[in-house]
Amino acid sequence: METVKLYGAWPSPFSYRVIWALKLKGIPFEYIEEDLSSKSPQLLQYNPVYEKVPVLVHGGRPICESMVILEYLDEKWPQQPLLPSDPYKRAEARFWVKFGEDRGPSVWMIYRTEGEKQEKARRDALEMLTILEEHGLNGKKKFFGGDNINIVDIAFGGIAHWMGVIEEITGVKLIEDNKFPLLKAWMHNFKEVSFINENLPNREKMVAFFRARRSMILSSA
Amino acid sequence: MMRRRRRRMTTRLPTTCSLPITTTEPRPDSGLITSTRNQELPPMAETLTLLDYWPSMFGMRCRIALREKDIKFEYQEQDLWSKSPLLLEMNPIYKKIPVLIHNGKPICESLIIVEYIDETWKGKAPLLPSDPYERAQARFWADYVDKKIYEGGRNVWSTTGEDQGEAKKEYIERLKVLEGVLGDKPFFGGDSFGFTDIALIPYYSWFYSYEICANFSIEAECPKLISWAKRCMEKESVSESLPDPEKIYMLLLELKKKAGK
Repeated sequence: METVKLYGAWPSPFSYRVIWALKLKGIPFEYIEEDLSSKSPQLLQYNPVYEKVPVLVHGGRPICESMVILEYLDEKWPQQPLLPSDPYKRAEARFWVKFGEDRGPSVWMIYRTEGEKQEKARRDALEMLTILEEHGLNGKKKFFGGDNINIVDIAFGGIAHWMGVIEEITGVKLIEDNKFPLLKAWMHNFKEVSFINENLPNREKMVAFFRARRSMILSSA
Repeated sequence: MMRRRRRRMTTRLPTTCSLPITTTEPRPDSGLITSTRNQELPPMAETLTLLDYWPSMFGMRCRIALREKDIKFEYQEQDLWSKSPLLLEMNPIYKKIPVLIHNGKPICESLIIVEYIDETWKGKAPLLPSDPYERAQARFWADYVDKKIYEGGRNVWSTTGEDQGEAKKEYIERLKVLEGVLGDKPFFGGDSFGFTDIALIPYYSWFYSYEICANFSIEAECPKLISWAKRCMEKESVSESLPDPEKIYMLLLELKKKAGK
């Protein structure tokens, strides 16, 4: 079997999407940790367009962009499918993935800004979470994928683990006590799944890292 | 001085926003859709409607995909300044076109619609390659078009002075990246017209507007890309789906006037 390598970075939720997919499907891989402040020549060679992680290298050939990687994994290793087989349900799943890609950055904007810009980002993030609660999770079972995790759950994994860290560091609360019951239940269910639970960055380490980085971002703004 | 080039296209859409709506009566045997017989189809009254807006690059992608596969559909022109109840019902989250409605069920987002069309009507003209690695590359580059080409173009026509100069430079750089990916191949997918071609070719109808607004020639900067575009335009599915670039320019002037620019 051709070797599978994953270039990732421990603070990155995008890297974790690929780790979760690889673990779910039982695909053996070699993980290479990238220092994003000093990117390796290999990373720059494999991803010249964006120079970002994650990059999957299979048999020496690179695939970039986490959701493109996930669809690739699903096609090469069909066990434990990430996407349903019905074309309409696939289109629905892809829609939610795209929604996450389009609106997810608002949460990171809360982290990267302060004042008015942060307030706008907070409103955008709340709108996204409301849509997820009312349209995405409404009528669903435990997960977006039904009884089991699918590509949409993995795509939103950042919300389950990284969003809380951002809330803590910035003091901007998004998931307030009685709001978003479906989302809260989903976040809990998601992190309970063994292959997710065993593959999450340490929360304290995350808080320290992101707190320091936020200071740097704000001081250079 | 910029020489105004008249680009001849085989099909011209009218200047008003209403397009002739093509519908086909349900046939007693297989319904509305022309499709391969080995597909599981409901026996009667299959419907396929595309909610669209004539200058939209995103809408054009869907039209091309449907025509590549010879699929009959109903085109419904939308007024984006006064959105129809149907559009709001079918795309409540984004309230945008294009929306493909298949037997009453909506599919939104142009590239998702194109993949849906490819997966539902497998018999003719595959739009994505069969090899998973090639499919990943096609998706990556279509995503690049979404991330870099739409906004890049908008920056070119909507800015002035120094900002526009910067926007032009940036835009050409991005087009050159795509030109590099194309290389000497006839299409992005190789010998066959496919997903990445479909993602990018609609922008060709907007190039004329960018060139006039910013006084430059895309062909001079990216000749291979323009050769590729003209090659795509030889396909009926493309030439029938892209509006006259001059009509797009007229619309742009109208929009700019309304915005007071």
